[in-house]
Amino acid sequence: MRVRLLAVVATFAALIALVAVYVVYFLESGPPAVAAVINRDGSASLTLQVVGAYGHHPFPDWVSYLVKDPSGKWRHTTIWKLPAHTLVHVTVYQFDTQTGLRNNFLAEIRGTVGGVADYTDVGDAGKGSGLANYDNTPLSVLPPAEPAHTFTVPDLDLSVPLVGVSAAANNICSASPCAMSYAHNTITFSFRTPGAGTYRWQCFVPCALGFLYGFGGPMQTIGYMDGLLEVA
Amino acid sequence: MEAADLPLSTHRTAHPAWRELLSFNVIWAVVFAIVGYIVGHALGNTIAQHSPSQLNPGGSDQEDIAILLGMFGSIVGWIGGLGFFNYPLKRIAGRAPSLHEGEEQGMWRYFKLCTDHKVVAMQYLVGTLFFFFVAGLNAMFIRTELTSSNATLFPAGNYLSLVGLHGTMMLTMMSAGVIGPLGNWLVPIMIGARRMAFPRIESLTMWITVLAGFVLLSATLLGGFPTGWTGYAPLADQARAGIDAYLVSFLLIGIALALVGVNILVTVVTLRAPGMTWNRLPIFVWAMVTTSILAVLAAPVLAAALYMVMSDRSIETTFFISASGGSPFLWDELFWFFGHPEVYILALPGFGIVLEILPVFARKPLWGYRLAVAGMFGVALMSFMVWQHHLFMSGINANLRPFYMFTTELISIPTGVIFLNGFGTLWKAKIRFTVPMLFCLAFFFNFLIGGLSGVFLSDVTSDVVTHGSFFVMAHFHYTIMGGLVFALMGGIYYWLPKMTGYPLNQTLAKLHFWMMFIFFNLTFFPLFAAGMLGMPRRVSSYNASLHTLNVFVSIMAFCLGLSMLIFLGNLVWSLVLKRERASDNPWHSKSLEWQIPTPVPVYNFEHIPTITGDPYGYGLPEAPVVDFGRRGAVAAEAGA
Amino acid sequence: MSAAPETVRRDEPHHGRNFAIIWAIATAIMVPISIWVVGPHIPPGSLTDDTRAQHALDVALTALSMPVLMLVWVYLAYAVINFRSDPASETIADGPPIRGNSRIQATWLIVSAVVVIGLAAYGTVDLLTENGAGGGQGSNPLAKPSNAKSALQVQVIGQQWLWTFRYPGYGGVETAQLVLPVNREIEFHVTSLDVVHSFWAIELGVKADAVPGADNIAYVRIFRKGSFQVRCDELCGLWHGHMNTTGHIVSGAKFDSWIHATVTKYAAVTKTLPNYSLTYYPTPTRNG
Repeated sequence: MRVRLLAVVATFAALIALVAVYVVYFLESGPPAVAAVINRDGSASLTLQVVGAYGHHPFPDWVSYLVKDPSGKWRHTTIWKLPAHTLVHVTVYQFDTQTGLRNNFLAEIRGTVGGVADYTDVGDAGKGSGLANYDNTPLSVLPPAEPAHTFTVPDLDLSVPLVGVSAAANNICSASPCAMSYAHNTITFSFRTPGAGTYRWQCFVPCALGFLYGFGGPMQTIGYMDGLLEVA
Repeated sequence: MEAADLPLSTHRTAHPAWRELLSFNVIWAVVFAIVGYIVGHALGNTIAQHSPSQLNPGGSDQEDIAILLGMFGSIVGWIGGLGFFNYPLKRIAGRAPSLHEGEEQGMWRYFKLCTDHKVVAMQYLVGTLFFFFVAGLNAMFIRTELTSSNATLFPAGNYLSLVGLHGTMMLTMMSAGVIGPLGNWLVPIMIGARRMAFPRIESLTMWITVLAGFVLLSATLLGGFPTGWTGYAPLADQARAGIDAYLVSFLLIGIALALVGVNILVTVVTLRAPGMTWNRLPIFVWAMVTTSILAVLAAPVLAAALYMVMSDRSIETTFFISASGGSPFLWDELFWFFGHPEVYILALPGFGIVLEILPVFARKPLWGYRLAVAGMFGVALMSFMVWQHHLFMSGINANLRPFYMFTTELISIPTGVIFLNGFGTLWKAKIRFTVPMLFCLAFFFNFLIGGLSGVFLSDVTSDVVTHGSFFVMAHFHYTIMGGLVFALMGGIYYWLPKMTGYPLNQTLAKLHFWMMFIFFNLTFFPLFAAGMLGMPRRVSSYNASLHTLNVFVSIMAFCLGLSMLIFLGNLVWSLVLKRERASDNPWHSKSLEWQIPTPVPVYNFEHIPTITGDPYGYGLPEAPVVDFGRRGAVAAEAGA
Repeated sequence: MSAAPETVRRDEPHHGRNFAIIWAIATAIMVPISIWVVGPHIPPGSLTDDTRAQHALDVALTALSMPVLMLVWVYLAYAVINFRSDPASETIADGPPIRGNSRIQATWLIVSAVVVIGLAAYGTVDLLTENGAGGGQGSNPLAKPSNAKSALQVQVIGQQWLWTFRYPGYGGVETAQLVLPVNREIEFHVTSLDVVHSFWAIELGVKADAVPGADNIAYVRIFRKGSFQVRCDELCGLWHGHMNTTGHIVSGAKFDSWIHATVTKYAAVTKTLPNYSLTYYPTPTRNG
């Protein structure tokens, strides 16, 4: 009887340990939240980069967003903490090649201050036939074939298509975090955060290579092309 | 060799431990499954690399053809490691293989291929109950997430996997949940046979059901899957590698269901004892027969549909991709053509258990036996004619909707017959309120609510409100959990003393029943309201006005989970720790399985009995059930 | 050993009659309660012709289920109270060996068949006279409103994970906002660009699956101004539960001004959109 009791207790302990592993490593798995930089004048700054290949385990070929944390390090997470009712200045360094939109409705810039975003091609990112060469150009609509990704927050009606690097460009980045010496576009815009809450954001360009409609894999995984804005 | 000439010892001769370890058993199954996965995976990668670039476009960092072939390899390894290839290979080689594998080998026989149907049933019971609790735990996590109307305790993608794991595991394991443990244990004994028609296939179905459960759990290692148990394509085509685990697991279950069905049908047709006419067949066996018909006819359709998704994902066919000539409606139709009979595969065994147990504790014959059988066949036949009611809003041809509304409402007639049988049996009865009886009465209460809510869903106009909402959730939890699982609990409390030789603690059992009944109703009844108020299924964020209701439901669900822990505790206490001796017929039943000694001998009967009546001979003291032959006629025991 | 079944004594209660009386009383109480007390609170309200039809049917079904509910509950209670074994007895007594009653079986079957066939007929008539009651009827609806030709056509496009709406009568302008005029027949054409979604406008009582490559038509006519929730009702991936939006119902004049302002606002984008079509096959079909 005592042996059996010990066996029962040991089995339950092992099962509880397995459940704990399940919760921690599977159910709760996801990137951490990183705060935006708070500027002296009370506004916030968010610095992002979008890469065409994450370059690391477990998904080296997946497209991804990265964010710069307050200490200046690039972090692989898409959950960003922003203060409420604040003007946020967003700078996106876009290193991925263009794909084009599935629904051209999202070619328009919406929800930003002034209804525009500024686009700049760095290096020979704009090289190639038909692709415009941007130099701090404010746009309210992007040609639908040009975006590589979008940054869209549906609940805030905020959407900014991010122009892509031409496939003919030299020096295309292949692993994150990408240095500024690689071909990229810089997109800047500002928007006001609403009251406290958690707002989802996603990319709307079918940029997930190898998945049906380009919307699988990184497009359905928080930490790559989907994330949350935690406004507090 | 005649059954009567077999040695009838109950003494188990165990081989030495080292010999058991080295022979074919579950340990080798695991080892060869891993080897098989590695081989299959490598083969898949090779195929992908040497094929045109379509198969390996890069960028996805998942090679579905490698994962799928790896899983197929692990299936082969698993089955081979257990020794299922031994019999056919020995036959091919011209050598005489054993026909009674594993039956004599002590405790080890539970961890290998064993042709004793009672052992297979116990293996099934442990396996299905294990996954039942795992899926139940997932349900507790789901309810935890739903205590908040918008915050995400679990990230959104993981929550969808949680929902899919809960649903798929419950449905697959509960499909086998009665027909596996109770069907395999009871059908041969109830018809007076020594074995099932295909004992080795019986063991195979059990082992692949267990494998299917673990394959499904492996989805957590592959990133989970976002489609829920219904696996709608084209989302299934688009999903990450975790859905390959879902597809392979469900495929295994489909194969197991079809094989179990064939086994039971052949057994009942060919192995009935002398005198066991169709009129004397216990109603539980009829339920197993009708369930088997459904399993045999419906499961292959599922297998075909799953295979199409696998080929869409791996070799880039376009069965479900409209832009390339396929259609999502193809999946809708194929899946639900299986899916509706599937829910009757779940429901019919519950009917069988309840109608089998009710006469024992009412001390009256089953009322309307022939009508009950006709009802079960009616349900089985009609279940193939109603599946479009899952698709009323999908954009199917509008002309079809009135027809399927009609057939869906019509199926409530044979289902209602079961109620009539139960009520007739209770009329002027002498009811004993044992725990199995309590579960049977609760079955009627719960299934009524489930069935009535089904009428709301069958009518297209009201289905517009309720389709895809928590109303549907409440409906199928009332019919499947309130119906089947309650009946299964009753069946377990009723038959486990016979199957294991140990009685279960009745105080804990009564506590389990009352907690389960009360908290089950408090958990799921409010969900009808949640659905009608606009809460879709499978969402972790919902309208804030439903917050209080969801918190209440979650608390009730946790209490329901607690009642299941009491059940688990009872099982562990009574079967592992306490282990009293059970008497041969504690319930004083006149049914055949209670007339043989406990524990049941390997070959069930010392002599094949001659059946002289049905098992419902209550009210007439001279009504015998069985003639044990040379021992002389033995009147069925009724008390004292 | 079992005791012999009891012989019927003269003073044995008439169980059948007693049960029937209790059942009749319970039904007589519960049916009016279900219609007049519970009924008005049953969703989905009275905002549109669809929800009124759904509500009326739900009340009818609730009232119809009362006799069935009472039958089972009263019988179970009656049996549990009156047909118990005597716990004090040492032997286990058997009940009477009744195996069936063909009259009761036949009555039950006939009554349930009549009820079921009646329900199906009522449901069919209801569906056809209520223009499909808000459910998606596919590309060739069976039940169209009489003024379908003058209905406002609104295309609902489901995509992962956003609802957008196109108004073909206004140049095919696409917007993420759903604004509808009151008191006008509206014809929804629901489709998808990728996987299967489902357009559920809760307070409007409209539900239609968005299937790629298919056109799913649903009708509604809204009686009052206000707002309504739109949720996705078919699992479509990561943000399925977040694919929500709020729609607005405004007066006809306000709708006209809104739609013209929208057309102007989105003129640049509208030029880049494909022509309005009932289904779309946007690339990529398979990326890579």
